Amino acid sequence: MTAMLETVHLYKSFGALQVTDDVSITVEEGEVHALIGPNGAGKTTLIGQLTGELRPDAGHIRFDGRDITGLATADRARLGLARSFQITSIFPSFTAEGNVSLAVQATEKHSFRFWRPAETLERLHRPARQLLRQLGIVERADTVAGGMAHGEHRQLEIAMALATNPRMLLLDEPMAGLGSEESQAMLELLARLKGQYSILLIEHDMDVVFSLADRISVLVNGRVIASGDGEAIRNDPQVRIAYLGEDDEFGEADA
Amino acid sequence: MTLSRRSILYLVLLALALAVPLLGNTYYTRFATQIAMYGMAALAVDLLLGYVGLITFGQAAFVGVGAYVTGMLTVAGVHDALIVWPAAILGAVAFALIIGALSLRTEGFQFIMVTLAFAQMVYYIAQSLRSYGGDNGFTIPRRNTLAGMSLANHTVFYYVVLALLVIVMVVAARLVKSEFGMVIRGRRDNERRLAAIGFPPFRYKYAAFLIAAGVAGLAGALMANHARFVSPAILSWQVSGQLLAMVILGSAGTLMGPIFGAAIYLVFQQVLSDYTDHWMIFFGPLIVARVLFVKEGLWGMLVRALGAQEIRAPRRPVATDRGAAE
Repeated sequence: MTAMLETVHLYKSFGALQVTDDVSITVEEGEVHALIGPNGAGKTTLIGQLTGELRPDAGHIRFDGRDITGLATADRARLGLARSFQITSIFPSFTAEGNVSLAVQATEKHSFRFWRPAETLERLHRPARQLLRQLGIVERADTVAGGMAHGEHRQLEIAMALATNPRMLLLDEPMAGLGSEESQAMLELLARLKGQYSILLIEHDMDVVFSLADRISVLVNGRVIASGDGEAIRNDPQVRIAYLGEDDEFGEADA
Repeated sequence: MTLSRRSILYLVLLALALAVPLLGNTYYTRFATQIAMYGMAALAVDLLLGYVGLITFGQAAFVGVGAYVTGMLTVAGVHDALIVWPAAILGAVAFALIIGALSLRTEGFQFIMVTLAFAQMVYYIAQSLRSYGGDNGFTIPRRNTLAGMSLANHTVFYYVVLALLVIVMVVAARLVKSEFGMVIRGRRDNERRLAAIGFPPFRYKYAAFLIAAGVAGLAGALMANHARFVSPAILSWQVSGQLLAMVILGSAGTLMGPIFGAAIYLVFQQVLSDYTDHWMIFFGPLIVARVLFVKEGLWGMLVRALGAQEIRAPRRPVATDRGAAE
């Protein structure tokens, strides 16, 4: 297996607070690597560094064999590193289809085309519809996205990520705020994506993590305290300590 | 052929605009020219405010550069509008190349202040031009000629301005719906998301900034011709503020709204200032009322009242792409 995404001794601090403390993780090609950890462990900061919104103080990030530490967010996306946001992030005034077709448009070399109405372009419209259909929200294609339900927003986010023709997905809590039925649908979707893309999954729902992940890394106070398959993580004493007192999700998972 | 209510509304407004000189009073024709020129400059502000989501407090700088370039060239003996006006546009774009490169690195409130600061710099540069009258400005001996045609006649000049406004309007309407248009609207909605799907936001903002400056430069060239006079007043921050007020009054993000807003603004200014120098005391509350009570702006309100909203029909039967639904 070859590494799709790799961080090498990554450090980031805000003032005196060390939020990323010597983090070295690897996502192999085609694997689902889950990143878990209690609130405030530094997961979102780490994602920020991976996407280029934050600069690490030290260390390197490699994507598909290439050092991307100094690359801007858009350039990383163009290399095939797509993300979904923890807090819904869409273009609210666009239709659902408009959201996805803009993401399709982003795969082109540039968009300095000023004359033909984007809406009439079959090369944007067709793949956008296709993705909406794939995610089961095609009947909402002409709905203004801002007015759609939360669950639909989460699906739309995934559709936008897939529209950019990615090689890897960074999914920041894709299940956040979903009802139980929606969660089930999202879980099925993620299961379908598994294998097609390398995935770094940040998720609080341990059932999801244990059922999808090939490998799990546990982040506590900015440090990776354990990394391994589900079995190894469940039985890791340090992980159990870190999670004790929060809620006993590991107990449940064991049962 | 059936016309949508929206098309009818535009045609009626165009007919009204075309009919103004028929009133036979030069005063009205000149006033309508004023509205068209300010409308064009306000449209430029709307491109930034309503489509890119950038609140600029310095658009007057580009109007002013266009006006000064026009005035200077004309004084130097270049009279052909086909040379002078494109030069005015290029001059404004040249300033925008520098101002945009620096100001677009900032966001939100900082951007407002930085554009204002640059506009003030341009204002003081104009003020220091001793050979062009400094603070007092300078007069232009005569209007430009358009491919040999004299524009001295107010009606002829009005129709030229109106034609240019219509062209700018049509081109802008295409632009905001083009692929480029979708990118800048995406930035208005959510810049972070735009970057995350792979668009480097800066270069698209920059391009829009340059386009808006060019439009403002053209408006400035027309204003200089209209008044046959240019002074630093055209560059002042009050003008930038006026343009913003026109956009907000009309409706941001509609292109037509700012022109409508310019008309209302200038009419009020004209009517109220007959009674008092402090007409802003009465006009200010109107703008506040617009912001508080008329969410979609006056143009949006008019469009809705006439049932002339843009129709967003699904282009294909939804749900089943080959269903029997049509």
